Amino acid sequence: MLLVNEPELTREKIREIIARRAAKEISEGDVVTLGIGIPTDVTNYVPTTMHVMFQSENGFLGVSKNAEEGSKDSRIINAGGIPVEARAGACFYDSQMAFVMMRGGHLDTTILGALQVDEEGSLANWSIPNKLTPGMGGAMDLVVGSKKVIVVMEHTSKGQSKIVKKCNLPLTAYREVNLIITERCVFNVLNGGLLLAEINPMFTIEDIKASTGADFTVSPTLKNMEI
Amino acid sequence: MKQILSKKEAIDLVKEGSSIMVGGFLNCGVPDKLIDELSDRKISNLTMICNDTSYPNTDKGKLIVNRQVKKLVTTHIGTNPETGRQMNSGELDIELVPMGTFVERIRAKGAGLGGILTQTGIGTIIEENKEIMTVDDKKFIFEKPIGADIALIYGTKVDKFGNVAYYGTTRNCNTVMATAADTVVVQADEMVDCIDPNDVIIPGVFVDYIVLNEDK
Repeated sequence: MLLVNEPELTREKIREIIARRAAKEISEGDVVTLGIGIPTDVTNYVPTTMHVMFQSENGFLGVSKNAEEGSKDSRIINAGGIPVEARAGACFYDSQMAFVMMRGGHLDTTILGALQVDEEGSLANWSIPNKLTPGMGGAMDLVVGSKKVIVVMEHTSKGQSKIVKKCNLPLTAYREVNLIITERCVFNVLNGGLLLAEINPMFTIEDIKASTGADFTVSPTLKNMEI
Repeated sequence: MKQILSKKEAIDLVKEGSSIMVGGFLNCGVPDKLIDELSDRKISNLTMICNDTSYPNTDKGKLIVNRQVKKLVTTHIGTNPETGRQMNSGELDIELVPMGTFVERIRAKGAGLGGILTQTGIGTIIEENKEIMTVDDKKFIFEKPIGADIALIYGTKVDKFGNVAYYGTTRNCNTVMATAADTVVVQADEMVDCIDPNDVIIPGVFVDYIVLNEDK
């Protein structure tokens, strides 16, 4: 696909734009789960004065920053296996309690990555059959159980849109995504399909159309993404 | 009073073809000494039920690399490329289960329930060949219990009554696995006479044997 204009964006800048925008979805008092990769970067842009509890599926509410060299304790890790610190008010519990929290509707927001998202709000992120199948881990439970599901990902991969009409990879969940944030734009997922709500001013609506594999409508109140 | 075994005596309980549950999330809260012994003894054709297969050279991952596992029931294999390789080549039979469903299926076995109903997996390949039930207009997948011959679990502190206490994120699926196997062996970082009842996470009733971490 050819873009009308192709702005130069480094991978680091792309990650920053996405994580910075996703951080604005987090409110005071929220209980939030972040996936691995770009979602983890979101913590960098949440004001330190804001009271937010980050939840980790290995049984940890109140995850703080990565532990410093010298104070790392292999008995306190996040779901990525990294030794981390606990913030004030944190607690530890077992996997059973973790999934009661995740599946029972007790989490406000989940932010995770995806291989594909489609215009119905279904997502795929755990398997490319016969190539790479890391497994779903807690992703299926998390997406079904969270009040709000936000997918953050690069708009395209190897020139192909990651936003598609219908996912052709094995689904993580059917119609559970509420918001899609890429470096180019923000889509709301509504019952009738995708609504372009915000656009990165480095791109035009034509650029978004040319680089998106799904249909969408443009919000009458389309805003610029704050980047 | 629970019996303290050497790790050799404990692993004598695992037979060729046994089904084993192994606690731990990646390499946190894993009964690593027990796994090392199992790995040295080359007991094979195992059915292993565990959260993940860790990394190739650590704990659960070694049993995969050694090809001691015939069937694996797990939630995530992305941290151990050898598991994926054996799956793609057909050498290893893997059932991938969403983590919440994995935990609840084990809990169902431990609690004497006939299974669980969950919305996780509806509309995905996870629902294939399973019974779908409708409760209050919502669709649920019926998932069966998972049990095992033996559970190898980790405990930070264990007392002589078999009560177990934990530090940090080491609890993970150790607690639920303690309820769902015919025989339960806990590897103890520290052995004490009596844990304060307020601090007990796994009641001793679920534990059969204790192996001390310093056991050679």
